Amino acid sequence: MIPELGHFALILAAMLSIAQSSLPMIGAHRADARLMGSAAPLALAGFLAVATAFGALMWSYASNDTTVANVVANSHSAKPMLFKLTGTWGNHEGSMILWVMVLAACSASVAAFGRRLPSALQARVLAVLGMISLGFLAFIILTSNPFERVWPPPADGQGLNPLLQDIGLAIHPPLLYTGYVGYAVTFAFAVAALIEGRVDAAWGRWVRPWSLAAWSFLTMGIAIGSWWAYYELGWGGYWFWDPVENASLLPWLAGTALLHSAIVVEKREALKIWTVLLALLAFALSLLGTFLVRSGVLNSVHSFASDPARGIFILCLLAIYIVGAFALFAWRAPSMAPAGVFSPMSREGAIVLNNLLLCSICAVVLVGTLYPLFLDLLTDQMISVGPPFFNAAVGPLALPLIMGMAVGPMMAWKRAALWPVLQRLWWAACLALLAFILTLAFAGWHVLSALGFAASFWLLGGAVADIADRSGLGRTRLANVFHRARGLPRSAWGAAIAHAGMGVTILGISGMGLATEKLVSVPPGGSTQFAGYEWRLEGIRDVTGPNFTARRATVTVLQDGRVLRVMEPSKRFFPLGRTTTTEAAIHTNLVRDLYLVLGEERDGEAVLRLHNNPLAPWIWLGAGIMALGGALSLSDRRIRIAAPARHRKEATA
Amino acid sequence: MSEATAKKPSRRKLLIYAPLAVAGVAGLGFWAMLRGLQDGSFDPRGVPSALIGRHPPQFTLPGLDSSGLPPLASNDLRSFDRPIIVNFWASWCVPCIIEHPQLMALQRQGVPILGVNYKDRPADAQTFLTRHGNPFLRLGIDVPGRVAIDWGVYGVPESYLLDREGVIRWRWAGPITPEVLSQDIAPLLRRWGA
Repeated sequence: MIPELGHFALILAAMLSIAQSSLPMIGAHRADARLMGSAAPLALAGFLAVATAFGALMWSYASNDTTVANVVANSHSAKPMLFKLTGTWGNHEGSMILWVMVLAACSASVAAFGRRLPSALQARVLAVLGMISLGFLAFIILTSNPFERVWPPPADGQGLNPLLQDIGLAIHPPLLYTGYVGYAVTFAFAVAALIEGRVDAAWGRWVRPWSLAAWSFLTMGIAIGSWWAYYELGWGGYWFWDPVENASLLPWLAGTALLHSAIVVEKREALKIWTVLLALLAFALSLLGTFLVRSGVLNSVHSFASDPARGIFILCLLAIYIVGAFALFAWRAPSMAPAGVFSPMSREGAIVLNNLLLCSICAVVLVGTLYPLFLDLLTDQMISVGPPFFNAAVGPLALPLIMGMAVGPMMAWKRAALWPVLQRLWWAACLALLAFILTLAFAGWHVLSALGFAASFWLLGGAVADIADRSGLGRTRLANVFHRARGLPRSAWGAAIAHAGMGVTILGISGMGLATEKLVSVPPGGSTQFAGYEWRLEGIRDVTGPNFTARRATVTVLQDGRVLRVMEPSKRFFPLGRTTTTEAAIHTNLVRDLYLVLGEERDGEAVLRLHNNPLAPWIWLGAGIMALGGALSLSDRRIRIAAPARHRKEATA
Repeated sequence: MSEATAKKPSRRKLLIYAPLAVAGVAGLGFWAMLRGLQDGSFDPRGVPSALIGRHPPQFTLPGLDSSGLPPLASNDLRSFDRPIIVNFWASWCVPCIIEHPQLMALQRQGVPILGVNYKDRPADAQTFLTRHGNPFLRLGIDVPGRVAIDWGVYGVPESYLLDREGVIRWRWAGPITPEVLSQDIAPLLRRWGA
């Protein structure tokens, strides 16, 4: 009964989204207030329907209902309850429902919190969101129905990919999807603006919080995915430039550019066409990621559900949304005249530079990801574009971007002088130079890591200098400085903290550049020296988990004869899926990670892989700080209490 | 001056169409890829081999005496009038145990499977065959791993499908799972068996 309820709720949601995508649009065109007013209730009802469907699917998982094909394929009664629940979105069908539910939640909040929006704009935005929702609901209902029944029901499910039975991977997709879907809202705002033929400061004021929220979620989603790869895949790496990873990085890069250019629209009413294009691009790249992962055209370790027939459906949706939006852009954008004028040497100019560099990185990653596919298609030649290409191509673009990141926020709007800004940053530059020299002196000839450390301290110093400058340090009394620092707008603090977070992430990445590893074969009782510690293999034993058996090694790490830590890496074998996973043992003290992997056993000896990863945790902590900066900026007064700028303008016009 | 102002809008107009053009071209490419995935001409997952479409290099390997199977040499690969599978395996390789039932299933269908035992001890190899069953028609022992290098083997298990002329048509690096059996090998056997 419950699965049918979910199925009907899904169909109901599709019907509601047909109404949501047409009635408000017609209403906005005819200036019919009643039709426009239907948008908000339809969006709220649509959210309730999709949430009901999602709840029904989750209930089927929780109760291990083996009459539901999706549960049979992806779950098992022996699985812990937490992973039964998170298994709801650990598969293709369930994750699509989650996707649509997040989209419906965004629609509902545009409906609920957007009362101050001009009604025609709100109606158009909700209509576009309804169209997106309709396409994906049709996709679920027609090609990937999660509520399909099986009869007779099998005795139990067929388990879930053991790699997915993990808390990191359980929260990774919802965060990532919230990020992707957040860009659907900025996309809808951009399309609505193109239809209206008008982009102004009020529009920028509405787009910015949405792009900020999407950006924060996407940052966290990518970071947790990378953290998962670090501790679960057992390779000791954190970013592999894998196509699926790149697919999530692309919207992040475009979204970061959007975040910054939206500020210019809001403050100065310049860069309008460009911002609209970025908003379209960020969502187009989100959809591209969904398509690449779901259709099976990519060769990746990550993709889990692939089916060419589904791929064609998604491609058609993409064609409608993206080609439609770009065609609208080509038709309408020329009519939008830029208003604000600025000199190249100004905050706006710095943001233009930021946008150009971010978009170049985005283009490089996009080309590197798609080039092998297109080469295979055109010439039947198989190549793989690996980390060396990406590192070599992204590095030179990232360096000026980071250098500008500290300078940009301190420049004045409209027209600025570079020299005074550099004067206020001289000590950050000294700090960076010192970090560069110290790294080379103590860690050996690691130029890239040394550059990374320099960049990191430059950003951290730049963030401090920015806040100090805004608080008037050196120009007024110290007590006054603290008072002013407290009174700074939260968006200023948010920007400084997010930039500092980037510095922290780069700190971790540079530290990982100095990582060392050792592969040894030791008998039980034997020991080896590595990274200044003695590692003693005490023994290996069999362990039985709820749905796996494992070999678990006990390794004591000794420092000068004292026991520092007992580490227990293991290899799990899941008989249901016939797969093995490695569970690395990690000991961190925030300065370095000791990372231990158990390998093959042969001739009474066990192969151990030892890693010493300096500063590794800061890669993900830095991303957390970035997201925190985003959240702080979101809580800014300017966003909480939306200024009714356009209303007033319209009244006087 | 007037020329410059006349040129500017048209170039700008072209730029405005650029995203549309890029999206369109990419879309057509993806569509072709999906078509290729469906008819089998496009496969991003297959590991390419320099040997595909060619005869394998010459070799002669000793046999595993205790098994009673005949040894394997490159000339043996052409003596069948149907497609064959050459499988590189070892007793110490866990995925080989995973793929073994599929090899046994292929043998029951009458597909000739020729084995190359890679860097293994004869006694261990024999224990493996006794415990899990023998799917092979012929078996060569490649203790130094030379033949595997000549074939460009990534690691065990790895399998090759050769047509009736002894030309390599397909290579799979990794265990033959039931999915590989039904989605790759079965169509290939039909295609090259005709």
